[in-house]
Amino acid sequence: MTTPHTPQPAVAATGLRESYGDHVVLDGIDLDIPAGTIFALLGPNGAGKTTAVKILSTLIRADGGQARILGRDLEQDPDAVRAAIGVTGQYSAVDGLLTGEENLMLMAGLNRLGRRRGRQRAAELLERFDLADSAGKPASTYSGGMRRRLDLAMTLVGAPRLIFLDEPTTGLDPRSRRGMWEIIRELVAGGVTVFLTTQYLEEADRLADRIAVLDRGSIVAEGTADELKRRIPGGHIRLRFAEARALHSAERALGGTRDDDALALQVPGDGGVDSLRALLDRIDGASIEVQELSVHTPDLDDVFLALTGHSTTTGDDARDAREGDDTKAGSR
Amino acid sequence: MTALTRTASDSATMLGRRLRHMRRYPSLTLMLAGMPIVLLLMFVYVFGGAMGDGLEGPGGTGGRAAYLDYIVPGILLLTVAMVAQGTAISVATDMTEGIIARFRTMDIARVSVLTGHVVGALVQTLLALAIVTGVAVLLGFRPDAGPVEWAAALGLLLVVTFALTWTTVALGLVADSVETASNTPMPLMFLPFLSSGFVPTDTLPTGLRWIAEYQPFTPISDTLRGLLMGTQVGESAVVALAWCAGIALVSYVWAKRLYNRDPAR
Repeated sequence: MTTPHTPQPAVAATGLRESYGDHVVLDGIDLDIPAGTIFALLGPNGAGKTTAVKILSTLIRADGGQARILGRDLEQDPDAVRAAIGVTGQYSAVDGLLTGEENLMLMAGLNRLGRRRGRQRAAELLERFDLADSAGKPASTYSGGMRRRLDLAMTLVGAPRLIFLDEPTTGLDPRSRRGMWEIIRELVAGGVTVFLTTQYLEEADRLADRIAVLDRGSIVAEGTADELKRRIPGGHIRLRFAEARALHSAERALGGTRDDDALALQVPGDGGVDSLRALLDRIDGASIEVQELSVHTPDLDDVFLALTGHSTTTGDDARDAREGDDTKAGSR
Repeated sequence: MTALTRTASDSATMLGRRLRHMRRYPSLTLMLAGMPIVLLLMFVYVFGGAMGDGLEGPGGTGGRAAYLDYIVPGILLLTVAMVAQGTAISVATDMTEGIIARFRTMDIARVSVLTGHVVGALVQTLLALAIVTGVAVLLGFRPDAGPVEWAAALGLLLVVTFALTWTTVALGLVADSVETASNTPMPLMFLPFLSSGFVPTDTLPTGLRWIAEYQPFTPISDTLRGLLMGTQVGESAVVALAWCAGIALVSYVWAKRLYNRDPAR
């Protein structure tokens, strides 16, 4: 995406630190986000993503460091920052007892839009976020995807210039996730800046102009999706054999990395149909008998392994974060 | 927009939110009024005969009617305390909702979240008081107050509600869970019983009498009874108002500080 040169960045932060007791959550991070772009902070649970959003959105104070949001100082002038930003957090920030429309009218009131303009804006947003049919129902009856859309619609009532989205698609089904991506793209087309956090490499890849990888409170890599991917070992195809002789002849014919214990061979490849067909042809040509074949695509774990030398913590959430990868290689 | 009009405008919006909540769940207000009514019925019909006679000293013959007239002010204060307890619960519940985080990141008057609760509670208390007073009148409560006394009684009840509600807002904020918030205001429920609201304090044993005479609900019930029934008010009006002002101020400062601290989670 091409962005016009703007002298004033949406976010300019240096050395942001935060710790709870001896536990360091953010260990001095620097951010520089041009206005009108999508920035993704990528990292596993517990990396400090939400803390970064909380600090930049004035919810909590940083222990150290400075930040300017759209030219306003975070520490000196939090109200001016608040006036320019919108936040959609990880936890639903809608009033479950109010209807969708009442939620939007509440935001219109707090943004002091006045009754008529408030109604107009609410109707507009309900239409745009496909909530018009449920406008009169309490938000507590909404599905997860609807709540998330209402949440974002509420954030937009005040027409913020910078929007923080903390894991906007976590817990959404694939269809709602794609819908959310569409909405985020439209937002940026309208000129706002989006700061999103995610644990999904694919999400950052599809949406973000720039990605920063956050690990244990530090930014370990930053760049465009392509720049980051170049630093990640590509996908591979894993072949397993019944006996050591087959493994050795396969290595001679195909190259790749041998794993003697598992009687397996890892051959670089992206898993595309053409490259797979070519590989199979070569296996046939060398008359090697392969017991099992599996395709491995790069995921967040690969990014982490490549950038930090350790994998993401394997909690349930980290497991959810691995996409397009059902066969984990035993050793790499 | 000046800071004051902004606070007023945001508080009005937040009040609208609270009133919508109340309208969606009217059963809550009815329940809060129900408890004092049950106690009123019990006190009047179970204990009332004996208590009413006792009020006039040995050989008294006031009976149920006299006791009804005596305890209505106490029951009204109990109603105020009940609704205040409900406020602690609704504030604590609110704080568990993500929408509070949203409010904190918006350019609005911060205190409006709390003032919305307080003014909402005033409205809710007025409704509950109207219901309880209505039931008392049906039972035969016959105050001899004129319009001025009625207005003064209403004003006093509002002042008491305002003070107690700020206390329970703070209790709702300081509680780490909704369960805690429903328990911590309990002493507020008991204090009216240990005051002149239900029995004259000179009938109490010394220790208890000491507590009764130096706690806010005694001067408040004496003043209220004086206004409604024409009994002696004396200096209790001033003492009652002083208590309310003190409680309101301390609670307001406390609640504001609690709300403004970092939501470190």
